[in-house]
Amino acid sequence: MSKAASGPAPADNTETHADAAPQGSRFVFRSRVFDDADLRRALARIAHEIDERNHGSAAIVLVGLYTRGVALARRIAAAIADFEGIEVPVGAIDVSFYRDDLRLRPVEPQGPTEVPVDVSGRVVVIVDDVLYTGRTARAAMEAVMELGRPRAIQFAVLVDRGHRELPIRADYVGKNLPTRHTEDVRVRLEEVDGEPDGVEIWGPANETAAEEGA
Amino acid sequence: MKHLLEIGDLDRTELEGVLDTAEHFVEVTQREIAKVPALRGRTVATVFYEDSTRTRLSFEGAAKRLSADTLTFSLKASSVSKGESLRDTAKTIEAMGVDAMVVRHPSAGAPHRVASWVDAAVINAGDGWHEHPTQALVDVFTLRSHRGRGLDGLRVGIVGDVKHSRVARSNTLALALLGARVTLIAPPTLLPPSLEGWPVQVSHDLDAVLSELDVVYLLRIQRERISGRGPGELFPSLREYTARWGLTAERAARLAPDALVMHPGPMNRGVEIAHGIADGPASLVTEQVANGVAVRMAVLYRLLGGGGEPAGVPTE
Repeated sequence: MSKAASGPAPADNTETHADAAPQGSRFVFRSRVFDDADLRRALARIAHEIDERNHGSAAIVLVGLYTRGVALARRIAAAIADFEGIEVPVGAIDVSFYRDDLRLRPVEPQGPTEVPVDVSGRVVVIVDDVLYTGRTARAAMEAVMELGRPRAIQFAVLVDRGHRELPIRADYVGKNLPTRHTEDVRVRLEEVDGEPDGVEIWGPANETAAEEGA
Repeated sequence: MKHLLEIGDLDRTELEGVLDTAEHFVEVTQREIAKVPALRGRTVATVFYEDSTRTRLSFEGAAKRLSADTLTFSLKASSVSKGESLRDTAKTIEAMGVDAMVVRHPSAGAPHRVASWVDAAVINAGDGWHEHPTQALVDVFTLRSHRGRGLDGLRVGIVGDVKHSRVARSNTLALALLGARVTLIAPPTLLPPSLEGWPVQVSHDLDAVLSELDVVYLLRIQRERISGRGPGELFPSLREYTARWGLTAERAARLAPDALVMHPGPMNRGVEIAHGIADGPASLVTEQVANGVAVRMAVLYRLLGGGGEPAGVPTE
């Protein structure tokens, strides 16, 4: 029933830029910036930073954004449980209905919004895989505010790739990764993708030569 | 797809897509703040040339829960009484800046005509004896929540005034699309003159097929539709109808143990459905109403959420 001929946007957070890529260009692998060990270390550091910044994790609730943000939130919670012995509640939020670009593209809802505790008075840490324009983060904040009045909202991302379009920054960053607008940052997580953990940069095939010359 | 005028506008994938989206909206409607900003700034008009309680309310509720604005056109308070045509009325409403029009009309095909005149998305909320597609979507959604995602092989009996029922037609098509086996059960006078092309079996004897059904879907005896010719022309009396085609307590006792009972409402209690059955454990009637808002949210969201060509905006 969607009106756009291209069909609904993919039901995950894969960065897709058919529009940004030159017509007819294939996306090809460029570089692998994280392997599974890098990713594990980055998440462990984020877990420690969250715990430290908030003077312990007793008032924290981790809220992941579908799909990979939810998996990352669970891993961060597991890490905090390991070193702090506290079970931090983990929730999931679908920001589809809060997006500001619904007029421009059909968006398939991704999963149920489930936050197991009342967020009022707690510190909500929103977790996502990639921070890019900041529009998803804005939508996520709106969704969280409708669940209650958190004491604070913080934001954790595995990769910050730049190109912000809103005045938003992350509190916890796994890796700052300068990218081109035309490139794709692909996060792969074992439990979501059935592939080994990692972060890769992909880009349009016909752009590679120009980039090397630059 | 731009409009939802009949079940035939959907293939199985699209139909299941609407139902899947509706699952998400059930969750939204259960939230403390049961409202999302998805259709903020959009306007939905309900344009009803016939009376309605649940259909209009659930469409307006659905639009509001998606943060759309609503406009209400009702026949009695309109310029139709001054002779304004359907086309002029539709164009007038569209000129108010309407993104979707939900149309109910006593004439079959009226929403199709409206769709040819306006740029807004048009949703058929019941046209004459033709179709009522969102009721069928609500019904298959309700069944699916009990019987799993596919309805393949499910045996559904639709009982009663099939001839005058847009619900029967839309449900037959939607159920068949999902793989259910539909039997129409009615006296010959209450069946359409031709069932050619309908994916159904027909029985004139409810008692003969009762025990084989997984679902009994009862249609309302529409007194107002047949009163012009007198009920006596189509069946002898309401009491006679109940005796042969009503779901009485005795008949309900002969249903399969896990059989389900459905009715689109409003019910004629004691005619097509006995009091105790309508409120009994096998009855899905209340759920059908409860699911109405979420399913109509899904229809509005899929027709109005996103549109045109994909624009040059990155997703994240």
